[in-house]
Amino acid sequence: MKHLLARLMLVAAFALPAHAVDVDEVPLDDPAKEAEARDLMKEVRCLVCQNQSIEDSDADLARDLRVIIRERMAAGDDTDQVKAYLVERYGDWVLLKPPVAGRTLILWGSPVLILLLVAAGLLLRRRAAPPPPLSAEEEAKLKALLEAAEADEKEPRG
Amino acid sequence: MIAEAGHFALVIATILALMAGIVPPVGLKRRDMGLIALADSFAVAQFLMVAIAFAALMHGFIVSDFSLKVVAANSHTAKPMLYKVAGTWGNHEGSLLLWVLILTLFASLVSLFGRNLPLTFRARVLSVQALLSLGFLLFILVTSNPFERLSPAPLEGNGLNPLLQDPGLAFHPPMLYLGYVGLSVAFSFAVAALIEREVTPMWARWVRPWTLAAWIFLTGGIALGSWWAYYELGWGGWWFWDPVENASFMPWLAASALLHSAIVVEKRDALKSWTILLAIVAFSFSLLGTFLVRSGVITSVHAFAVDPTRGIFILGFLALVVGASLTLFAMRAPSLAPGGLFGLVSRESALVLNNILLATFAAVVLIGTLYPLFVEAAGGAQISVGAPFFNYAALVLMSPLIVALGLGPLLAWKRGRLSRAARILLPALIVAAVVFVGTVWATAGGYVMSAFGLALGLWLIVSAKLEILQRIRFFEGPMAGLKRLVRLPRAALGMALAHMGLGVLVLAITISETWTSETLTVLSPGETAMAGGYEFTLDKVEPVAGPNYAAVRGTLSVRRDGELVTVLTPEDRTFGDPVMETTEAAIRPLVTGDLYAVIGEAIGPVAADGRWSLRLYFKPAISGLWLGTLMMMAGGLLSLTDRRARVGAAAAREKAA
Repeated sequence: MKHLLARLMLVAAFALPAHAVDVDEVPLDDPAKEAEARDLMKEVRCLVCQNQSIEDSDADLARDLRVIIRERMAAGDDTDQVKAYLVERYGDWVLLKPPVAGRTLILWGSPVLILLLVAAGLLLRRRAAPPPPLSAEEEAKLKALLEAAEADEKEPRG
Repeated sequence: MIAEAGHFALVIATILALMAGIVPPVGLKRRDMGLIALADSFAVAQFLMVAIAFAALMHGFIVSDFSLKVVAANSHTAKPMLYKVAGTWGNHEGSLLLWVLILTLFASLVSLFGRNLPLTFRARVLSVQALLSLGFLLFILVTSNPFERLSPAPLEGNGLNPLLQDPGLAFHPPMLYLGYVGLSVAFSFAVAALIEREVTPMWARWVRPWTLAAWIFLTGGIALGSWWAYYELGWGGWWFWDPVENASFMPWLAASALLHSAIVVEKRDALKSWTILLAIVAFSFSLLGTFLVRSGVITSVHAFAVDPTRGIFILGFLALVVGASLTLFAMRAPSLAPGGLFGLVSRESALVLNNILLATFAAVVLIGTLYPLFVEAAGGAQISVGAPFFNYAALVLMSPLIVALGLGPLLAWKRGRLSRAARILLPALIVAAVVFVGTVWATAGGYVMSAFGLALGLWLIVSAKLEILQRIRFFEGPMAGLKRLVRLPRAALGMALAHMGLGVLVLAITISETWTSETLTVLSPGETAMAGGYEFTLDKVEPVAGPNYAAVRGTLSVRRDGELVTVLTPEDRTFGDPVMETTEAAIRPLVTGDLYAVIGEAIGPVAADGRWSLRLYFKPAISGLWLGTLMMMAGGLLSLTDRRARVGAAAAREKAA
């Protein structure tokens, strides 16, 4: 999904996004690492903004966090270690992608869970409601139709 | 004086709503045709009263009557006229009034165009609709009176948030509300059917056009909001899974499911109780959306009116409406006679699968939006649920939907043959497979998900085309086939067009998200930077004055291989009242994609050779988003004008005559 949709960024309308990722911030030397850092920034919440990732925000705090992320990655941390470091300081709230854990199991499991529930509900309802039996009139009609069809089959078509 | 008249009209509308909720049902009980027939008059009168109130408020905005609290808080004399008018609904009180206006408008449209409905059924629908407007009218009068006066009146207003001063946003709320509130008709039809204990194919035939109209507006409203975000926020982002976006997306998903299940009720007399449930749920999502936006429960940029008492009122109303309708559903649904049977491989099954996936996705979006609240309420630490989660859910649930979407229309009712569908769709499968393998190979395995997205989009587009070609037997004789195309039911063409539109949308999302090129840079006038193979040269930067803002405007010429493609003029605007900066991105759509430039702040002293920070983008295929959405809406419109709907109306006229 990374490339299909993951570039969707969280932006808050009321903070000006235009100057984010300030140009005087120094990108990492290794382009691969810089790309990793940028991907991580999209998953980290700007704590003083509304619904924005630090990649989208020009708030000072977002800038500080970007600097911290680059520092840690330059020092050799991988993204998981940087994430752990941020969570230790700011709590799970800082991650826009909540980690899979006990209290987010329902969240991450919800697509499959609900899919099964809805499907089961629909199937059970169909089971529970068998078609009504045919009335005597309908039975007679059906019999006549079947006989006609049989007769049809026996007759060679011209 | 005019404001007081507006206030008075609102009070009368409230009384009318109360009477419309009581009198016709009493008439139905007593079999008093005179009382029943009043339902129509009540509906039209309510609409007229609310329209008077709305016009009075709009008048206040147009003449800048700052003795009105709402006008003083949200308008300004220096604002362009369009935004004075649009300012009427650019605030909490006015937007609620717009909501009720549309609610009563739909009720009077039902009364006007619903002449082919049995009078008793129409009266029930209208009284349910009246009870809904009663709730909202009380809400407005008790907690959010738009006609509250200020004394002394200020000389100047506070102004409208500059981000909202934009044509895209001026029409985004009315469009969205037409969709949201349009679903109230499906809701009222569902409740009325439950009361009458009968859901017939005829019922589905009435409900579908209303749902379809609401769906078209909802689609357009969401797209307008998206388009606004794309060009106004200065990121080129267009969907952020913001709680308020989710609030409009959930009813859209439910309405899409409802559109499809109503077909099954109409054609095969099956899925009746499920369809009723969907109609209730779709409108409940609309109410929930209103609650989320208007209460500020979830911090979001859209919730500009944060007031807990209002939130509690709406929550109470929401609980009442949803609770009552679901209780009624639980009581009456089991008695609805089950309809036609169908095999596992059939058009019905495909539509059921469509419904399962859409409903599940709507539920998952709901869970994701509210999950942080649940965790917090359960005493856990705050967590965030952002785009990564919703993208995962979309991938898991929407991919199978798109695969099924190609297949479904080729299956016959009752019992279809997968082998036949597969034979017809073989070319689509080949195209999808070739593109998938080709993309993965060309990018050395770096873009598997993107390749998957391309394959899905193409599969859907080609399948929808093949379905139509097969229907007109094009391959047996192209000329005769084209003649048959004209005579094809518009609903069939509409469906194919809407499905193709979705395919175009998937392609556009995939391509633009994968291959956007972005350059962040600092330029002095005369310098050049590259983005997506285009050379952007900053020619000059100059100050400009707007009607109610001052701006810095950059002029960039864009060249490809030395040839001038276009000139872009992004602006950085500073508004006075309230003080705020906005970025006006300069966008130039080309066939292959959009050139997109944003100018930021000056770096260092602003002299002749000042340096400016710039964001330059080339966003491929972004127009496909708007094209795909337009195709979906056009498909809906085509289907809305189908013979079925018109014949129904004509037959009713003959009967009446």
